[in-house]
Amino acid sequence: MSIRRHSVIPGFGLASGVAVTYLSLLVLIPFTALFLRVGNMGWGPFMEAVLSPRVIASYKLSLGASLAGALLNVVFGLVVAWVLVRYPFPGRRFLDAIIDLPLALPTAVAGVTLTTLYSPTGWLGRFLEPYGVHVAFTPLGIVIALTFIGLPFVVRTVQPVLTDLEGEVEEAAACLGAGRWYTFTRVVLPTLTPALLTGFALAFARALGEYGSVVFISGNMPMKTEIAPLLIMTKLEQYDYQGAAAIALVMLLMSFMLLLGINLLQWWSGKRYASK
Amino acid sequence: MPPNSYISNAGRRAVQDPKAARWLLTGVAVIFLLLFLVLPVLLVFVGALAEGVGAYLRALRQPDALSAIWLTLAVAAVAVPLNTIFGVAAAWAIAKFQFRGKGFVVTLIDLPLSVSPVISGLVYVLLFGARGYFGPWLAEHNVQIIFALPGIILVTLFVTVPYVARELIPLMQEQGADEEEAAVMLGASGWRTFWTITLPNIKWGLIYGVIQCNARAMGEFGAVSVVSGHIRGKTNTLPLQVEILYNEYSFTAAFAIASLLALLALLTLVIKHAVEWQARRAYSRPQEENVA
Repeated sequence: MSIRRHSVIPGFGLASGVAVTYLSLLVLIPFTALFLRVGNMGWGPFMEAVLSPRVIASYKLSLGASLAGALLNVVFGLVVAWVLVRYPFPGRRFLDAIIDLPLALPTAVAGVTLTTLYSPTGWLGRFLEPYGVHVAFTPLGIVIALTFIGLPFVVRTVQPVLTDLEGEVEEAAACLGAGRWYTFTRVVLPTLTPALLTGFALAFARALGEYGSVVFISGNMPMKTEIAPLLIMTKLEQYDYQGAAAIALVMLLMSFMLLLGINLLQWWSGKRYASK
Repeated sequence: MPPNSYISNAGRRAVQDPKAARWLLTGVAVIFLLLFLVLPVLLVFVGALAEGVGAYLRALRQPDALSAIWLTLAVAAVAVPLNTIFGVAAAWAIAKFQFRGKGFVVTLIDLPLSVSPVISGLVYVLLFGARGYFGPWLAEHNVQIIFALPGIILVTLFVTVPYVARELIPLMQEQGADEEEAAVMLGASGWRTFWTITLPNIKWGLIYGVIQCNARAMGEFGAVSVVSGHIRGKTNTLPLQVEILYNEYSFTAAFAIASLLALLALLTLVIKHAVEWQARRAYSRPQEENVA
């Protein structure tokens, strides 16, 4: 990497000035307000706000549904990425193009649409209802919404690794007598593992904070289908700023730990590549 | 991709998946994507046109719908240019220079992506809300930020901070500073260097970043929902209008508004792919020179 200590290029003062001022006003100061608000609470009220049964139930639901959604995305994301990279079939380019749809489609639209699809009279719900599978207004509906929202993360992190995967390695395995399944589990899958884990963590992190696509399909019953971000919303509507800030802080800590995990994974996979 | 010629047919078969597996996996992937991605988009348009084209157009011409369209356009018209200027400035500083605290700046840029939209709205309520830090002062001076346009613009600015910057930083880092250094040493001013050297180089990345920024600005729901106050005809953006109509069981009208947002999403995807295609074409030539 090139070192640019003394640069002849002008504009550092202006560019960094604009960037730092903008970030301070828009990001740094508001988040300081959050920490100050929680800091002024005192330990007792804070614990009471973040450990009440209704709040604990919402963490459990948010974590559990996000985990389930991210795991589903690992399985289906791998299959989708594999098929899109390896098998030519009509319509492949179209399907590849719409993978990013969940990132482009406003979450409220996704929420309203998924709820209608899976409602007892909806296009999909009417086939599930006779078998006693209720999706809308249950935790299963939340998992479906979070799977939808997390899909691009796994596919888009696995796809480039799969494209770069050199055919020679698989050929070598085949020449040495390995069957196709053996080659996949022993040669291909280990190479994809860091990307799969990164995709999993990204999908999980996104799902944890997701609001728009979930609130419609979840039904928002306290203790049952109420996610943590919705609880923050409820507290705010009651002008309980401190309670809202306290729950937000706990969620921020969860996201922070996930981000740390993602960075460690990327460092680990970078090392694996370097050591090759 | 033609298979390598030195592999026999038997060898090629050994590195290819069995036909049954190919069919099964392709089937699973196609059905999954149809159910999860295609069907929802289809439903938006079917739902919007359920009562005919006339009802669809009438739903879009409602005064509340029109004011939501205008509000959404106005918010994007402020947020997208500001974040574009910020993104270019931040990328210029981060990609072309070495300085202390760079990692922290990058973390701050990424922060809005890893924070729940509800929390993004919350931090601004804590500052400017009725019981926020500046709340009493604002009330005294008759300035309303929360439950008004400034609040909506602020949270939209916040959630769209990363898009342009994140697109440009890796691109500009990859391109390095050699061309700009050459231009400056030959006597070009900083602005001239930027307009004639840097901007053409980052053109496609910039367009892609702006498109993504715009899609998020127009479609943001959670954060705007916290600060908007849901005042009909005044502080309802398009996504909030979808929510209100849906909760009132005006499904056709809700899907009519949603169809506008879905069209925007599809347009964003089309432009994204056009840009990627252009970028591949534009960057494939200089890369050959770099190899030498």
